[in-house]
Amino acid sequence: MHGSRIAIWFFIGVLLVVYGAMILGYGLYEVATGYYPPGVQLTNLHTPIWWGGLLAALGVFYVLKFRPGRTHK
Amino acid sequence: MFGLVPVLTAGSFGSVPTMLAVSAQPLAHLRPLDIAVVAIYFGVVLWIGFYLKGQSNTGEDFFLAGREMTAWIAGLSFVSANLGSLELMGWAGAAYQYGILATHWYWIGAIPAMLFLGLMMMPFYYVSKTHSVPGYLKLRFGEHARIVAALSFATEMILMSGVNMFAMAVVMKVVLGWNITFSILVSSVAVAVYVGLGGLRSAIFNEVLQFVLIWGGALLVPILGLVQAGGWDGLKAKILNNLRSDSYFHLWRDTGSFAANPMGVHWTGIVFGLGFVISFGYWTTDFLVVQRVLAAHNLRAARMAPIIGSFFKMAVPFIVILPGLLGLVLLQNPDGSRRVLVGENVVAACTMNGQQDTVTSPQACSTAMANTRLPEAYQQKVLSGAPDASLHSYNEALPLMMVRYLGPGLLGLGITALIAGFMSGMAGNVSAFSTVWTYDIYRPLINKKASDSHYVLVGRLSILIGVAVSIGAAYLVMHARGIMDYVQALFSIFIAPLLAVILFGMFWKRATALAGFLALLCGIVFSATLFVWVKLNPAALATVALSPDAKPMAENVFRALWAFLFSSVIVVLVSLLTRPRPVAELGGLVYGATTLPAEEPVPFYKTEWMWAGVAIAIFVALNILFW
Repeated sequence: MHGSRIAIWFFIGVLLVVYGAMILGYGLYEVATGYYPPGVQLTNLHTPIWWGGLLAALGVFYVLKFRPGRTHK
Repeated sequence: MFGLVPVLTAGSFGSVPTMLAVSAQPLAHLRPLDIAVVAIYFGVVLWIGFYLKGQSNTGEDFFLAGREMTAWIAGLSFVSANLGSLELMGWAGAAYQYGILATHWYWIGAIPAMLFLGLMMMPFYYVSKTHSVPGYLKLRFGEHARIVAALSFATEMILMSGVNMFAMAVVMKVVLGWNITFSILVSSVAVAVYVGLGGLRSAIFNEVLQFVLIWGGALLVPILGLVQAGGWDGLKAKILNNLRSDSYFHLWRDTGSFAANPMGVHWTGIVFGLGFVISFGYWTTDFLVVQRVLAAHNLRAARMAPIIGSFFKMAVPFIVILPGLLGLVLLQNPDGSRRVLVGENVVAACTMNGQQDTVTSPQACSTAMANTRLPEAYQQKVLSGAPDASLHSYNEALPLMMVRYLGPGLLGLGITALIAGFMSGMAGNVSAFSTVWTYDIYRPLINKKASDSHYVLVGRLSILIGVAVSIGAAYLVMHARGIMDYVQALFSIFIAPLLAVILFGMFWKRATALAGFLALLCGIVFSATLFVWVKLNPAALATVALSPDAKPMAENVFRALWAFLFSSVIVVLVSLLTRPRPVAELGGLVYGATTLPAEEPVPFYKTEWMWAGVAIAIFVALNILFW
């Protein structure tokens, strides 16, 4: 929780970065190929792009703020 | 895990096993990207477990996470331990059936109790330095009360873990088509590894992780649903248009009589049974959740944790209740018509004969469907065995909404959120079991003078044994499904008497050891008797819940209320007839006999009282807004 230990927020940040990148990447693939999974609604909103981007951005923030070795209050 | 038990005993998920028999086709098909998302989650969970192994060497570390959690982590873990997948799916299904009445279980059924725990009760739990709730009973009422509570709790935890495990496997079977044994083994091994290695700290870390995943995976459903429905006003207009009732949008307006609302409850039951006994019993005395707050790094953090949690708890209906309401008007059949969900009993009655593609028992199916909102033409399609006329239960509302809006990757995230919810629930059960077993059963009854490292070893072994017994319980439930109702009822049977004993113990100096022990024991017997009475004679429900119009949801709240009152009477009467402990012995245990340690002064906007006031104001505003 403190000191040199890895905070839970760092683990969460790593997971969000990975998930965000995967989902954002798939969203870009959808736009590039024009292929959208059948049956899924509101694909015109390109949800994977903005949601994946949001997760990744949040993840980057947590990774940087809680990276091991950084001193926390 | 199951939170406020009415979710289950009211039938929302009380009939989970019936889902197994009737779902020929899984609801969703995971693509490689989704499977990668799920696999990465398991990898991170195990990474956390191995990382924390080196930080869990003492009893304080292993069983109380070193008492070094911040208020935020303890608060999120506190809420997350209750935010399991059955809860999410069950209450989304309840919202589909009853509208926002289901929100009572998140607002009045949680917020006042969480605030009371933080402001009034936490000081005694924390200052007494107990490891567990039964441990507090030992300090206040003596060994006998502790043993009754510990045995009841340990049994409940391990059986609930098994039920939870089985229910998860069934849901994975229904939603994804996964093999039941595969789901049970993978989840239980993962839980055993990460809790066995990292103890409570690992369980708490994973609960916080789960909390983030649940929001990340489930929040999109109501957002996209509202976009498609035309916002809140559009949703209301569509429900009024389709269902001709505005009861779905009122929390209190129609609770003046049992018959006026679809849930069959009365406001007195909601306020006194749910809002007081069940809610206070769960949030303030169930060690599964209290253990998370005991891990806080100081008293102020311990008091703030439930208050922080209350804000998130108030927000949960957005990802649970709203998808259920949206499902009422947005879910569609393959032919584009509005999809009508039905009870588990209807789905079970219309089981298909796999070889002939016809309904196994047309008469039973027809009778069951007659009491639903299914259009006549659709009922005929079901009876004729049309391949595009499948039936889905209320409990499938949330996964159906996920499948509707979430494409590859996002669906994997949604499924991961469900799996994470199940696993953290199991982890909560086994970590709480391990603590109670080690400190409240093994140490006082089997080996009183062992070293700290010995008790840590016993704790680790008890997690492995607990998981193994849970697996056995899961298979027991699978082969004798009637047991499930009884296991789920253990919570409600036990919690009301425990609440009475702890409240009198903390706030009445006159309460005596014999009174606490007898009230707990007799209250459990009384509550169990009411449960069995209604089980054997369903007509007794009208007596227990005070109305012939009462429905099972009402039984739970009124049974809890009677059990609480019964135990309270015993505490008072026996206390008045027996000799109390000297006040000097009650320091740190009882209100009025305890001097709380001085805390560093903080500005008013950082105090627990200020934030509790904000929480109460929002809580009141929400209830008025959705009156």
